[in-house]
Amino acid sequence: MAKITFITSQGEHLTLEGHTGSLMELAVEHGVPGIDGDCGGVCSCATCHVHISPEFMPLTGTRSEIEDDMLEFAENTSPYSRLACQLTISEDLDGLVLKVAR
Amino acid sequence: MRNQHKSRFLHQNMALHDEMKYSEFPDPFDKARKEQGCGEMNDQDDPVLMLLRHKDVRKCAHNWKTFQSGATPGRIVVPSEVHIRQTRQIPFEVDPPQHTAYRALVEDWFRRPLQPWYEQKLGALIQRSLEEALSAEQVELVREFSLPLQSRALTLLLNIPLSEAETWISWGTHVFRSEDNPLDSSKANVLYDYIDQQIARAMAQPGEDLYSHLLAADFQGRKLTTEEIKGVMILTFAGGRDTVINALTNTLAYFAGQPGALQFLRQQPEMIGRATEELVRYFSPLTHMGRVVTEDTQLCGRRVKADSRISLCWASANRDESVFERPNEVILDRKVNPHVAFGFSHHKCLGAPHARQLLKGLMHGLIEQVQSIEILQAEENMEHWGEFDRKVGFRRITARFHSLS
Repeated sequence: MAKITFITSQGEHLTLEGHTGSLMELAVEHGVPGIDGDCGGVCSCATCHVHISPEFMPLTGTRSEIEDDMLEFAENTSPYSRLACQLTISEDLDGLVLKVAR
Repeated sequence: MRNQHKSRFLHQNMALHDEMKYSEFPDPFDKARKEQGCGEMNDQDDPVLMLLRHKDVRKCAHNWKTFQSGATPGRIVVPSEVHIRQTRQIPFEVDPPQHTAYRALVEDWFRRPLQPWYEQKLGALIQRSLEEALSAEQVELVREFSLPLQSRALTLLLNIPLSEAETWISWGTHVFRSEDNPLDSSKANVLYDYIDQQIARAMAQPGEDLYSHLLAADFQGRKLTTEEIKGVMILTFAGGRDTVINALTNTLAYFAGQPGALQFLRQQPEMIGRATEELVRYFSPLTHMGRVVTEDTQLCGRRVKADSRISLCWASANRDESVFERPNEVILDRKVNPHVAFGFSHHKCLGAPHARQLLKGLMHGLIEQVQSIEILQAEENMEHWGEFDRKVGFRRITARFHSLS
């Protein structure tokens, strides 16, 4: 189990508990505004763009080339940008804080 | 006796081979994509440079300043519709920042398919279509399954009575464009006249439908004009007609040719989401979409002049071997699938949530009710784009559905 905090573009903090699946699925299941996950998590839509809090970056691993390519054309990108569909929930991510990009 | 047995065996094998062939959609762009990265075609003396590589397609789709959609109405469509349409399709033929404002007006409406009640109603329509197919001796999938289902589903998207679908079904499959003559405006006028009447009806009697939603909308401090509303509605009707009909028909043809695939989804229904994306990638129901170049530039090593046309070939990009492993295979549980079948960037398909729900619902219905689908007869629908001949679907395909029970 991991507690993940999503900070929406309106500044709302939503802390959710997840067990399995991706961070995108967790966000969509709880209706986190700004995370749509239109493609269901196959890295084709970039509608689950988040910014990882810098201190948590080492926990989330590196982006794949395809994720990098998707983010190249996304808006509001930063070095901390990730697609939530590519992050799998694990105990290692307990306490993770991320900002929704839109 | 032995020979008879052998002959029957061969016949069965041939039948199986044919069914597999129906589920295959070859990639005609392979060689040109690898060697040149682009192809050329003429279209009513307004040539088109077709971009074939995934990276180029996405880059140019994103760069709306150099590759615009807001050209003369109809010019970014291939074949061009400039001679048969004056109304600008909205938000499709508009560039940012105006595009962003238009899109914001309709985005929430076109995301209604993601709500549970919509999914449930769509599921009931799919159930009805499958029951009709299962009870019939044989079904012509394009006209008797996909066209009626696409039309009935569209009543949900527009939030209008189901009975209206009968009008659209009666138009047949070639209402928006004459099959052999892209300059035949009489076909297109059937739709345009119908939309004019529907807007007038909604003005006289506002309701909860998309026409009324657009009539009531506030766009930058004013109401939308009738012409703007017509532009949104033409896009909604035309953009989601052939594409959805092909996606539905091709999905059925695929499962007919690959009965193991239905079994796989029956065992792992949680893979239906990925299967939807993969089938859409593989079929790419919209082959390409054009843009008009606004300044002299370079593309795949060529000089491209201002006011010329390019097209973003989604179908080719979706088979790019530098992006997709085994691109010509359908891998239903493909995990990473950055396809561009619904377009890319600002102009990604507005109807995609509806189309995705329709395909997902169809797959759920199939695994719950259908043991197998047998193809009896088929004629492929080939598109011709310059040097490329592409199978996009079927002109007609007759099948028999076998019930699971």
